[in-house]
Amino acid sequence: MTIQETQDNIISEFEIFNDWLDKYDYLISLGNDLPIIDPKYRTDEYIINGCQSKVWLRADLQDGKLIFTADSDAIITKGIISLLTRVLSNREPEEVMNSDLYFIDRIGLRENLSPTRANGLLAMTKKMKLYALAYYTRQKKG
Amino acid sequence: MTKVYGKPIVYFDNGATTQKPRIVIDAISEFYREKNSSVHRGVHFLSEKSTEAYEQARETVRHFINAGSTNEIIFTSGATGSINAIAFSFGEKFIKAGDEILISGMEHHSNIVPWQMLCERKNASLKIFPFNRNGELDIEKYTGSFTEKTRIVAFTHVSNTLGTINPVKEMIRLAHQHNVPVLIDGAQAIQHGSIDVLEMDCDFYAFSGHKVYGPNGIGVLYGKEKWLEELPPYQGGGDMVDNVTFEKTTYNVLPYKYEAGTTNYVGAIGLKTAFDYISSIGIDKIARYEKSLLNYATEKLTSIDGLEIYGTAGNKISIISFLLDNIHHYDAGLVLDKLGIAVRTGTHCNQPVMDYYGVSGTLRASMVFYNTREEVDRLYDGLSKVKKMFG
Repeated sequence: MTIQETQDNIISEFEIFNDWLDKYDYLISLGNDLPIIDPKYRTDEYIINGCQSKVWLRADLQDGKLIFTADSDAIITKGIISLLTRVLSNREPEEVMNSDLYFIDRIGLRENLSPTRANGLLAMTKKMKLYALAYYTRQKKG
Repeated sequence: MTKVYGKPIVYFDNGATTQKPRIVIDAISEFYREKNSSVHRGVHFLSEKSTEAYEQARETVRHFINAGSTNEIIFTSGATGSINAIAFSFGEKFIKAGDEILISGMEHHSNIVPWQMLCERKNASLKIFPFNRNGELDIEKYTGSFTEKTRIVAFTHVSNTLGTINPVKEMIRLAHQHNVPVLIDGAQAIQHGSIDVLEMDCDFYAFSGHKVYGPNGIGVLYGKEKWLEELPPYQGGGDMVDNVTFEKTTYNVLPYKYEAGTTNYVGAIGLKTAFDYISSIGIDKIARYEKSLLNYATEKLTSIDGLEIYGTAGNKISIISFLLDNIHHYDAGLVLDKLGIAVRTGTHCNQPVMDYYGVSGTLRASMVFYNTREEVDRLYDGLSKVKKMFG
């Protein structure tokens, strides 16, 4: 499934919810399934600034594909990261670098989160793309 | 009434800023429409009117906090601006290397950082006196903190996170026994009870207009005349001067010495209107109502299993900081928001207090006289919903 197809799937999953609390319920259940970062990486080195809750994120390259693991102390945040990893994990770095994440707007995440919270979301996507860039550059050199 | 997500809003974030009564909004609008002109500048009709209104506002503030003279009322941008002004002016005049500045462990960042900056500039040191689990200042430790090097003490009248009303009068008396002046941060006190700076005998008192039903961008620094005469101004510019030549400038008299540039006279007039409004209701009546609302809310919230309140002092204003089970304050705040309930989440510019309790943040419901028991009930229902969702 391409990045675009995965995003379209998420958008249609969210279309069935007409209440924000149902969306949060869904995010909570997703949060509980997030591929958790190895606890030894829950350090300042992997923390993302710009979020109201704490977020740790790490990317590894396995067989040429990026694998994201993450954690947060807030469950709804974990749900949001889990959507991001579903879209961006298991992809080649170049794909992640060039991805256009339109699903965030379409499922109302950006508009329904205040600017400070949206900044957190922005910080997360930026960090994921930075990881992709770093691995991409390394691949080119290698 | 404003609706959010189709529900009438429950606004419990008054500690951050209060909503404005119509009379304040109207006064500002009317002033801009009919009287606007810079103060202390022209001989013309409008400038006279504007100056008169501005100086009336100063008199209203003086009366509201019972200062001795309008020379002691300086308009600033807010409590933060007032504290920074004193940290600078007092610091320039009186602080030298090795001196000590004493503050409490429950201060808002606005009453920490300006002093830290001063300490860095002057190579002085910042000393902290603690509070206990209930959120009450440790007066014994406070008394023991004074040394020969203590030059100024600064602490809050009311904690913005814990709600504690500190025994300021007694604490000021103790500081004066050591000949040390005291600055009180009144940002969370001015809207909740009557303030009498003469009786309190503080040397400086700082507060913001927007937390007391006035407009944003206006605040007050009260200072005893003897101090304000002695300290140097913290900003230079128009209106604060007497005579300017390239060789030497002499400063204007009080209170203008501390009001450089075109002042926020519209803000001052808005603040005056807010004070008139409060006085027409009666600040003591407001305090009594808020106390009963606090008692109701405390009882109601503590009946929720797993809810812990941070700040349980006997003498409190209507602020309740709390956490529910192990639910993150951000998660709970997001859900409450969607239920139309506005509370603050996070550290409330009060990180050292969070560190003391070992939490990353709390939820904070800060209530004022326009809040109701029905709204408290909605918070209760909202929290029950939160508990169910995250339980």
